[in-house]
Amino acid sequence: MFAYYLDLALRSLRRNKALTALMVLAIALGIGASMTTLTVLHVLSGDPLPGRSGEIYYPQIDPQDLRGMYPGKEPPSQVTLIDGMNLLRAKRADHQALMTGGEVPIQPEQSALDPFYVDARYTTADFFPMFGTPFLFGHGWNAADDEAKAREVVISHNLNQKLFGGANSVGRTLRLAGTAFQIVGVLDRWQPNPHFYDLNTGSYAYGEQVFLPLQTMMDLHLSRDGSNDCWGNGGGGTDTILPADTCVWLQFWVQLDNPLKVAAYKQFLIHYSEDQKALGRFQRPPNVRLRNVMQWLDYNMVVPDDVRLQTWLALGFLLVCLVNTMGLMLAKFMRRAGELGVRRALGASRRALFAQLLIESGVVGLVGGFGGMLLALLGLWLVRQRSSDYAALAHLDFSMLLTTFVLALCATLLAGLLPAWRACQIAPALQLKSN
Amino acid sequence: MAIHPIIRALRRHKAGVLLIVLQIALTLAIVCNAIFIVAQRIARVERPTGAQEAGLIRISQTWLDAPEGDGTATVEALDALQRTDLATLRQLPDVLDVAASDSMPLQGAIWSADLRLKPDQRHASTQAALYYGDEHMLPTLGLRLIAGRNFTASEIDHHTIRSTQAAPVVIVTKAVADSMFPSGDALGKTIYLDVRPSTIVGIVERLQTPTVAPWGNRWAYNSILLPVRLDGSSASYALRVRPGRARAVMRAARAALFALNPVREMPDTWGIQTMQQIRSKAYRGDRGTAILLGTVCVILLCVTAAGIVGLTSFWVDQRRRQIGIRRALGARRIDILHYFQIENLLIAGAGVVLGVLLAAVISFWLMTHYAMPRMPLSYLLAGVLVMLGLGQLAVFVPARRASNVPPVVATRSV
Repeated sequence: MFAYYLDLALRSLRRNKALTALMVLAIALGIGASMTTLTVLHVLSGDPLPGRSGEIYYPQIDPQDLRGMYPGKEPPSQVTLIDGMNLLRAKRADHQALMTGGEVPIQPEQSALDPFYVDARYTTADFFPMFGTPFLFGHGWNAADDEAKAREVVISHNLNQKLFGGANSVGRTLRLAGTAFQIVGVLDRWQPNPHFYDLNTGSYAYGEQVFLPLQTMMDLHLSRDGSNDCWGNGGGGTDTILPADTCVWLQFWVQLDNPLKVAAYKQFLIHYSEDQKALGRFQRPPNVRLRNVMQWLDYNMVVPDDVRLQTWLALGFLLVCLVNTMGLMLAKFMRRAGELGVRRALGASRRALFAQLLIESGVVGLVGGFGGMLLALLGLWLVRQRSSDYAALAHLDFSMLLTTFVLALCATLLAGLLPAWRACQIAPALQLKSN
Repeated sequence: MAIHPIIRALRRHKAGVLLIVLQIALTLAIVCNAIFIVAQRIARVERPTGAQEAGLIRISQTWLDAPEGDGTATVEALDALQRTDLATLRQLPDVLDVAASDSMPLQGAIWSADLRLKPDQRHASTQAALYYGDEHMLPTLGLRLIAGRNFTASEIDHHTIRSTQAAPVVIVTKAVADSMFPSGDALGKTIYLDVRPSTIVGIVERLQTPTVAPWGNRWAYNSILLPVRLDGSSASYALRVRPGRARAVMRAARAALFALNPVREMPDTWGIQTMQQIRSKAYRGDRGTAILLGTVCVILLCVTAAGIVGLTSFWVDQRRRQIGIRRALGARRIDILHYFQIENLLIAGAGVVLGVLLAAVISFWLMTHYAMPRMPLSYLLAGVLVMLGLGQLAVFVPARRASNVPPVVATRSV
């Protein structure tokens, strides 16, 4: 039966090419625009640490002076060096890491390569186990190396390719900013999107090439960048000069694997703030926050407003295209009232007619969905040509591809429901008589 | 022509009429709001920075072998590097003026401070971007001084960004002056940059901050010029060049600076840029959004027009006999044409009424969720006219086909 209906549908669609083309084109345009923007939204609002992000928390405390304070004001979005080191050494979480970013020059041993700058992450030992970074060779450094200001470095997959052709480079020497570092680990491909652990570098498509101990960076005065926010008479640092004690410029992350620990850690932050106030360092009453990765991304409104706006626009566009298709399909089905009347008179049930008409709209949906996919690929290509930081990420993955077809099919079937139902209400006798 | 029979006829196509009304309403609502957003983006992209952008070049670079620390000797050494660079750039042909200028409008990197009238004021009056530079900064950027004076050479200090020293004199934009001193007597007054006092010696008409990020929108023109050459391992300069010579100067400047000291980083991407390049980068996102919204609007209007053509064509075909009968009974071709045109006007009229309501709802939603301003009525009015016009345009071809139905059709049974 299905094959027969399909044949009928194709015949009917072929009979009125312009109208069919118009319906298919409208569906394709609507689906194409929606899938382009939905894919971008999907990529941008993704979980940077799948399976782990619920356990990773970002503690915030408020070390500022009393000026500009008001109830409910959010604490600063980073920590000072003193607080960062205190919280790090307190070791109250399962894992904890303090970090900031910067740039270091690399002087390759191979004379064929000129010196070049790479983005660096200065952090502490727990960074690797906490974020679950995949290692190709070797491993991270340990807490003792942090305190010893060890000249040890973990490099990215890309840098290892560039410098060592992908070979196991653990144990080899890398000259960074004029100092010899020993490579202790090589990461496999790892680039969390968004770049959640430091949003100051730009939220998307950013990955460091070298990771080295924070205390080593301070010891060697390596160049750092990112945001620093100062109060009172504090001067922000530049490049190689560390910011004053009244500046927040470091990110501090902890891993807490159950809700009890989360509650306990929040209490710890409040006690810490009270202690610091008693010592005279803090002036404000305790003002702490403890957000996990996704909450932190939401709080920072990482997904650009424009992307959300474009998604709403595209969905509105799809809706108009569907209404349009529904109207055209209604016109088409009603025009065939005579043919449907004959089929009814010859014994076809309403159900059968309904199924036949729905198959016809399904065919339009599938063809429109395919066209929509092509348009979405074109749309994403256009997005990638725009050099915003997230542009390079805009690719259609399998799940979005599937979504495209499901959306197209559901949308057209939905659009076909009303016209098909209306067409089935026709009294056969009336149609036969008029003919 | 009587409208009554048209409405009676439309009642027989309730579903189809409803769908086309809905489509017109949705199209109107979406297009109005989208075009309003596009207009706002265009206004944003075209707003002036206050600098004379043609012939303005920014150079930003890092000395890889710069001394470290902030001791006096280091600061002096860093400043000497910077002064040598400035002197070298000044020698280049076609260069009219050169300034130490740490920031540049739209460029992105920003130093800012809270502004207060008294040091112990609890809440800051406002905030402003800080432009560190020497006495050449104001003329090089091409700012318009509307009161007071420029810095003198003797007022120029130099230190690192960590210094806690106050700048004794500052030049502020009119936006800062107006928001701190609404009565218009800002000149000569003292303001506090965070906690450091400075006296206002000049007011410039306009200078946009270096950021176009949403958090800076509220104070986009709050800028303050400080008479300080910032010392550090990086330094930035502004160059005013002869019209049309920007490319040549950029090449010459690169060569001259590298000849002076090759151990520096000054990549093509951000090392030397014209103000036009900086502007185009800053507003890339806004331009992209505007183009996208505009394109979608055009396609949307086309789809809706095509839908009207399709549906009306169907109705014309369906009513061939009735049209034939009317013609046979004496209706002229123009009457048939008018019939379909008025029918479309009625449908589109219902559509735009619903559409105006929808547009207002969407506009309100955008105002609450995306901090958009209220859409002016003119956009709605224009949208209504466009939709009615589009309907008439779309209906014309099928309506003319209907008017060509010969009266003899009435006598035939199909």
